[in-house]
Amino acid sequence: MMYGLLWRALPGPAWFRALLLLALFVAAVWVCFEWVFPWFSEYVPINDNTVEAHAP
Amino acid sequence: MRHAHADAGRRGGGAVSATIGVVGELLITAGVVLGLFVVWQLWWTDVQAERIHSQVLAELDWPEPPVEVPSGSSVEGPAVAGEHRDEPPAVDDAAFAEVFAQFYVPRFGADYVEPIAEGIDKAEVLDRLGIGHYPDSAGPGELGNFAVAGHRTTYGRPFHRIAELQEGDAIVVRTENTWYVYRMSSSQIVWPNQVEVVSPVPGVRPGEPLPELTERFLTMTACHPMYSAAQRYIVHAELDYWAPVDEGIPAELLDAGVQIQAVADDDAGVR
Repeated sequence: MMYGLLWRALPGPAWFRALLLLALFVAAVWVCFEWVFPWFSEYVPINDNTVEAHAP
Repeated sequence: MRHAHADAGRRGGGAVSATIGVVGELLITAGVVLGLFVVWQLWWTDVQAERIHSQVLAELDWPEPPVEVPSGSSVEGPAVAGEHRDEPPAVDDAAFAEVFAQFYVPRFGADYVEPIAEGIDKAEVLDRLGIGHYPDSAGPGELGNFAVAGHRTTYGRPFHRIAELQEGDAIVVRTENTWYVYRMSSSQIVWPNQVEVVSPVPGVRPGEPLPELTERFLTMTACHPMYSAAQRYIVHAELDYWAPVDEGIPAELLDAGVQIQAVADDDAGVR
């Protein structure tokens, strides 16, 4: 549904829309890798390696 | 009448199926994002951190150990540093996130070298620069406990092979002008709140009286089990000897075939 709307909202012929979608996907992945995941990982302490008095 | 009823039914069904469609697409999106998060955590953090590690190591631009022509050979090779067991030179306190030492472990491979930075902040030091020095612990070679933390998985994983260390293995710390050669003495698995492992005398809990410091320890902390933060894998080592860098390279590193800057840059002299 949402992706169908997005497809219809994009201009141009099918191959151009596919290219645009690919570019949008790459941009979304980049935003995730650069900012979203580093921020999110602060709240998922699966990698802590220090000993601290206040640790659980 | 019947016709209108069927129409209403179809309209209702349309709204339901539209909602299900949107929810389905959201769930698919969430699945893709979670998959990407795993890719980022298990692969991309390594790529990024390893790039930063080699960059900061190259930027150190420290003096190269000397080369010599050993007797019975015509090939120039790195000099072997003498083993000093007197009071090692003190190291100035480093600023937060400053890379002040290098970490060599022959057991981890001949090409293993990682930077040690000041502090154990996750985002600034451990995730970026690699090995972090507990700021309240002793400096390298000092009486007490030189305690460092490092990732065992992801973010360049400097302590990936920590569990392979065996008693007597050399663990070498280099500052700009000095080698500190420690020997692995023991390992243990503890809970994350057991801070006594990084105490100046490992095992002495906070609040307990410290005995007079006579030993120079090194302690490594990493997560355990791998890909979990439930516990910590701890390795203790004790200082065997120290050596000035301008004397040469510790025999432990040479025997393991560890390539130090001087050897790698040797052809610069030939040119």
